[in-house]
Amino acid sequence: AAGMFLRLLSDVQWRAANPKWRGVTGSRRSTSTTADPPPVSLPAQAQVVICGGGITGTSVAYHLSKMGWKDIVLIEQGRLAAGSTRFCAGIVSTARPLSIELKMAHYSNKLYQQLEQETGVQTGYTRTGSVSLAQTQDRLISLKRIAASLNVMGIPCEIITPKQAAQLHPLINIHDLVGAMYVPEDALVSSANVSLALATAASRNGVHIHERTSVSHVMIQRGRVTGVETDRGQIQCQYFVNCAGQWAYELGHSGEEPVHIPLHACEHFYLLTHPLKEPLSSSLPTVVDPDGRIYIRNWQGGILSGGFEKNPKPLFTEGRNQLEIQNLQEDWDHFGPLLSSLLRRMPGLEALQIMQLVNCPESFTPDMRCIMGESPTARGYFVLAGMNSAGLSYGGGAGKYLAEWMVNGYPSENVWPLDLKRFGTLQSSRTFLRHRVMEVMPLMYDLKVPRWDFQTGRQLRTSPLYDRLDAQGARWMEKHGFERVKYFVPPGSDLLDLDHSKTFYKPDWFDIVGAEVKCCKEAVCVIDMSSFTKFEISSTGDEALESLQYLFSNDLDVPVGHVVHTGMLNEKGGYENDCSIARLSKRSFFMISPTDQQVHCWTWLKKHLPDDSNLTLEDVTWKYTALNLIGPRAVDVLSELSYAPMTAEHFPSLFCKEMSVGYANGIRVMSITHTGEPGFVLYIPIEYALHVYNEVMNMGQKYGIRNAGYYALRSLRIEKFFAFWGQDLDAFTTPMECGREFQVKLDKGLDFVGQEALLEQKQNGVYKRFTMFILEDHDTDMDVWPWWGEPIFRNGRYVGKTTSSAYSYTLERHVCLGFVHNFDEKTGEELVVTTDFINQGEYEIDIAGQRFQAKAKLYPFSSLFTHRRRKDEVELSGYQRE
Amino acid sequence: FYLTPPQVNSILKANEYSFKVPEFDGKNVSSVLGFDSNQLPANAPIEDRRSAATCLQTRGMLLGVFDGHAGCACAQAVSERLFYYIAVSLLPHETLLEIENAVESGRALLPILQWHKHPNDYFSKEASKLYFNSLRTYWQELIDLNSGETTDVREALINAFKRLDNDISLEAQVGDPNSFLNYLVLRVAFSGATACVAHVDGVDLHIANTGDSRAMLGVQEEDGSWSAVALSYDHNAQNENEVERVKMEHPKSEEKSLVKQDRLLGLLMPFRAFGDVKFKWSIELQKRVIESGPDQLNDNEYTKFIPPNYHTPPYLTAEPEVVYHRLRPQDKFLILATDGLWETMHRQDVVRIVGEYLTGVHHQQPIAVGGYKVTLGQMHGLLTERRARISSVFEDQNAATHLIRHAVGNNEFGTVDHERLSKMLSLPEELARMYRDDMTIIVVQFNSHVIGACQNEE
Repeated sequence: AAGMFLRLLSDVQWRAANPKWRGVTGSRRSTSTTADPPPVSLPAQAQVVICGGGITGTSVAYHLSKMGWKDIVLIEQGRLAAGSTRFCAGIVSTARPLSIELKMAHYSNKLYQQLEQETGVQTGYTRTGSVSLAQTQDRLISLKRIAASLNVMGIPCEIITPKQAAQLHPLINIHDLVGAMYVPEDALVSSANVSLALATAASRNGVHIHERTSVSHVMIQRGRVTGVETDRGQIQCQYFVNCAGQWAYELGHSGEEPVHIPLHACEHFYLLTHPLKEPLSSSLPTVVDPDGRIYIRNWQGGILSGGFEKNPKPLFTEGRNQLEIQNLQEDWDHFGPLLSSLLRRMPGLEALQIMQLVNCPESFTPDMRCIMGESPTARGYFVLAGMNSAGLSYGGGAGKYLAEWMVNGYPSENVWPLDLKRFGTLQSSRTFLRHRVMEVMPLMYDLKVPRWDFQTGRQLRTSPLYDRLDAQGARWMEKHGFERVKYFVPPGSDLLDLDHSKTFYKPDWFDIVGAEVKCCKEAVCVIDMSSFTKFEISSTGDEALESLQYLFSNDLDVPVGHVVHTGMLNEKGGYENDCSIARLSKRSFFMISPTDQQVHCWTWLKKHLPDDSNLTLEDVTWKYTALNLIGPRAVDVLSELSYAPMTAEHFPSLFCKEMSVGYANGIRVMSITHTGEPGFVLYIPIEYALHVYNEVMNMGQKYGIRNAGYYALRSLRIEKFFAFWGQDLDAFTTPMECGREFQVKLDKGLDFVGQEALLEQKQNGVYKRFTMFILEDHDTDMDVWPWWGEPIFRNGRYVGKTTSSAYSYTLERHVCLGFVHNFDEKTGEELVVTTDFINQGEYEIDIAGQRFQAKAKLYPFSSLFTHRRRKDEVELSGYQRE
Repeated sequence: FYLTPPQVNSILKANEYSFKVPEFDGKNVSSVLGFDSNQLPANAPIEDRRSAATCLQTRGMLLGVFDGHAGCACAQAVSERLFYYIAVSLLPHETLLEIENAVESGRALLPILQWHKHPNDYFSKEASKLYFNSLRTYWQELIDLNSGETTDVREALINAFKRLDNDISLEAQVGDPNSFLNYLVLRVAFSGATACVAHVDGVDLHIANTGDSRAMLGVQEEDGSWSAVALSYDHNAQNENEVERVKMEHPKSEEKSLVKQDRLLGLLMPFRAFGDVKFKWSIELQKRVIESGPDQLNDNEYTKFIPPNYHTPPYLTAEPEVVYHRLRPQDKFLILATDGLWETMHRQDVVRIVGEYLTGVHHQQPIAVGGYKVTLGQMHGLLTERRARISSVFEDQNAATHLIRHAVGNNEFGTVDHERLSKMLSLPEELARMYRDDMTIIVVQFNSHVIGACQNEE
């Protein structure tokens, strides 16, 4: 690490002498990869232009050039490895909550380790390991969960006692600790030098690097990138990569057609000290004390310590100010609580002399995950930014995935959680971002328990019934900006407030949701499901049907009024989307997709539908309020309100009809409930929403109707083994792998996207299988509850992870859903998973380090489908979304 | 015996009062944002009084602190009556006529003042008729005088002070058939009170002061620092001009006996005051009034006692010294306080503490390590102390309370020491007066934008 910090300090001294301006004649780099002025003139054209010479930009350049793309120009407005990369604390840490993040960090670590050998640039890579401390039992549970997922990935990691932690680092005060997690392979490295090393290697592979050149805007014509305009001239290009870090938002908005990249900067402080009397060893592990909100690493015999405070200071809300970033002030009063925390953790440091308090802004995103992928509005416009202060840990892996995305069309792993398209324009408001990142930054070290929700930036999108439901005790969560009900607190019920219901164990709403589930099973419930994405596709001729038949895996040439559950697959047969499509007429279709599909599905359809003026695609999400009537008495309520017979003979399952409900006409009624229970979803033009809701509630009284929320829906769908896109299903999961061959028209002789891949799977078998697990010896009251991401063990060997879980009030057991693989015992190679393989195994689920016996099932309990309909009419779709 | 922080707070906050001027009061945009006031007793009962009111028939706001001695009767009477005398002195002829006509015909009276009172600030019900009659006589005289000239604030203040003191004196001489009232007017006349009153109207600020309370202006310099500008002169032995004045008013033979041990005639600390007829009436008058007065008065050694070397009364006057100040945007606030505050704290500290309180914490100078050698422990200590200072600011919603907290609790480093605060506040009644005096504070906050706009208009 020495190299980078020597440079940093020399700059700091230089800055002190020239406080007004810096960077014009800054200190010379010893490891410069490109010539400083006189500048080489810019090429007139290139295949790829990357904007940003920090860790992400150089990593993308490095990986693209490794994959064989050579015609690449990297542009940096200042000098390479400036910005956040320069001031990065240099900690490579693999302990990450999401498995995709974990994979990126793991890859980065391996990459950085060999980078010096590969490039000859000193990176200062030191494998020190890291110790994460737990001050509370809940924190220890969260560490155990992370440890479990690290271990199954083959990354060494162990839960240790406070005493063992003290042996690893002599300065730690362990009196208030309950345990710790040790990751021995975590490392320290100079991020600036890693960035320079990556640039060096890229440069050797032919990438042109131009410093002190800034992009003014990106040129886009007919939805495609055509070039960039810089202060030193234009470059024509096919691909543009926005790696501008905290300036990425502004750069995205600089063109005529904005590309929304929702991120916002916050100030981030860390402290540098002089060496201790007896200088600290450079091999001492990094200490992370999330309950104290700080991290501490050794630094040149002294320490470097920073943290994520409760009251962050967002900055640059009004836009970029390059001069300001050079002159950010130390703010000791702001750092005070973190300093207290540091001295509490390491009281021996009292006499240590301060060298500097560094203020280095970091960019944060609305959901604490980084942003990568292609813009939904401009093809060829790629983004990698918003690293949430983990740019060094993710940089290597993220650069690799983005390069794969550009070269191969999609990365080798499912990166949906990081995909730019999970956001829309709605997350792009500056006010929203400013408020949200103030919540996100402290969340870095906050304890994250199951089902936590963001509290800021709420009540943006709401159903017309919001106030009505709120008055009846609704408790809300948010998805894609939309407020959705979790459950209803009955009047007079003394439910603890949000803070107290944060638990890894049985939550306080357990009985409330239980009552809602019971009502769904025995009477009828109403759930407002307006957040779902709704599209209408129509054409003047048969274009709509023809195109949809090609884009969707199930047969859509059904009689008018029928509803089809179908996947929208990619070439590999994986789910890009999972939806229900109703055929409204010969030539028009109504499509319902998960809430967060709004941008992704739109982009996919726009990209793949023929450019045909006869074909219209419209987003009608905002036009309809959706009420889901679940339960055996739904049919009675609806028939009384419409004076129409709603029995199975007249209104079979998976059927759609426009009818009147109360006074309101033109209500689209569909006999699906997304739960496997009997009932209907009503798509109501929004101006009728309140009327229809009131009518339903009034009429429903005699049938025992009540409001219900998504937690009840979740419990119902999981006990019925329904998969949900975005949680269980992703672009790497095919219908064959989740038991949905019946939703694929392989025998119809029709061509559709993904057909070949599915045919091959049908022939050769699948390599993973979606399985349902019923926990056998799990005590709902006493044991830690499953969430998702828990490792699954078959006959004692790791075979996969869970993807979702819920308590089934009917089975009175926890149900986990997840994928089972078959790894070869010796080589680790993936083998075909057969029904027998699933059935002939003893399973265990690891919840925070404790294994519970589980029974595996490939089909749902038929006893759960006890309603009056004939079995073949039952909605066996396995289609569900949350 | 130890008070917990909440107990300390409940003592400190018992008398606090805040008034925020409505943004638009119906007539004009006020140059006063509002005021905070508070008082902390040392005597039992407290002898300080405070008043605040908005003039309804003229523009402007009146605020005052009154420090009583030899009992609280005089301070109480002045706090109830003085503002009416000032308001009436300021009224134009037509309004006076209108009011007189209304009284004459039994119609509803135009309201003259809108009071801003803490629930503990009471008015005597029994004396209201008496007080009203005296006031009515005053305005009737003003109507008869009808100078026709527009009223000068300075003159109005001086006239009001003198007239009220005169009325107090007269009422005691005349007496009242009601024995309770008779005793009351005598107590008022035989006790004394100083007064420090501010009249704010737009950019025009007048301070009328009688005695040793003080008005201090808080001025924020361009660099953000605070300086204190005194807008009143203490009328006591430390004021050479005042000593000179007293000497000028009496024969040379009395020169040595006039001021002894820094006291007027060796007895009285303030050199100007309301009441205190013992320093104003002739010996004959005093004896006559006491003899014909109620027994309680006769039994009281203090009232019967004639000051030594009492040759050429009156020795004392209630005539105020009036200071005019034209408000500027940098004048952020005005502090009116009785000597209980000024004898414990330096004016510069007072203004700085209030200034920092009102502008908020962000003006606290940021810390920069620079080239100094600072250890983590030292920095931690420094930050903890700064946080404590901030939290004491946040503890108080009232600038006057905040000032009292500092005045009573400050240690040698200028920070509030809870232990000291607790000790000072838990002193038994009979001891409290030895360690501190009654303390009454009003902090008036100005609206710099309005003041700046007024300036630009002219």
